[in-house]
Amino acid sequence: MTKDMLWRGMLAGILAALLATLFARAVAEPQVDHAIAFEASHEAQEHAHHDRHGHDEDEGEIVSRATQKGLGLFTAMTLYGAAIGGIFSQLFAYAYGRLARVGPRTLAAMLAMLAFLVIAVVPALKYPPNPPAVGQPDTIQIRTAAYFAMLVASVVATIVAFRVKAMLAERLGGFDAVLAGIAAFIAVILIAGALLPGFDEVPADFPAALLWRFRVSALGIQALLWATIGLSFGLMAERRLRRA
Amino acid sequence: MAATAAFLDDPFLPVGDAAAIPLKDILPWAVFGLLIAMLALYFVSTEQGAVSLFDGKAVHEFVHDGRHLLGFPCH
Repeated sequence: MTKDMLWRGMLAGILAALLATLFARAVAEPQVDHAIAFEASHEAQEHAHHDRHGHDEDEGEIVSRATQKGLGLFTAMTLYGAAIGGIFSQLFAYAYGRLARVGPRTLAAMLAMLAFLVIAVVPALKYPPNPPAVGQPDTIQIRTAAYFAMLVASVVATIVAFRVKAMLAERLGGFDAVLAGIAAFIAVILIAGALLPGFDEVPADFPAALLWRFRVSALGIQALLWATIGLSFGLMAERRLRRA
Repeated sequence: MAATAAFLDDPFLPVGDAAAIPLKDILPWAVFGLLIAMLALYFVSTEQGAVSLFDGKAVHEFVHDGRHLLGFPCH
């Protein structure tokens, strides 16, 4: 049964990646192109000022823009989709019949919503997605570490929230126990957010509207990914569980 | 509970814990799946960015747009 769930989760993830690629291509890629144009014009200015050719980045493209926003984007999305879809299916396999007395489609939709919040939204509140030209190349190590730390904190906060809810369920009753769980989640997130460093690396003249559009597009991609995984996996899982 | 079930309109409800998949059935798939998934996620999110297993920038440049749009720090 778990094997069948894993297959279906990866399939749902790949389907989600397909839709997300189409959406990204139509909505998000124009923002990436604008950001790259901004970056290029800045580099051109810097070169004119200093007349130094220390930048080895622009000397010959390794991968063309067409490949980056075509096959490269699709490959990245597919790997990401299959991976998160597979993990999602294992979470579902554990949660089904344990977490709540709801049917497979409801459970899958609820889990997907939760995952969207925990994996995509909460880490992005502290470290929002950045377009090209935003972010100093020499801080990439610390920014990456901090981002993953925030992601881990978000997952840990969720586990803590479920523990708190389970512990208090009998004493407080279901509704208040859930509220206590949510409060615990928020507390852990606030602490992690306060402890982790902040980065202010948006160039002063980077267009604010472009930054906003890029970030909203990125959020839209995540929403589409998780919605597709939750809904399509729910359908497939229900059909499989009916047979069991 | 009845109102919730009616609202969610999900006719196929698991009955008791008998519906749950046994943990020993899940564990090997979950562990192996997580391992493979982490590998895939690493190459999409981090390789030739903060950490490099391979020299060069080909992987970074290939998944460049996906990395930006999925919210990972890219460069």
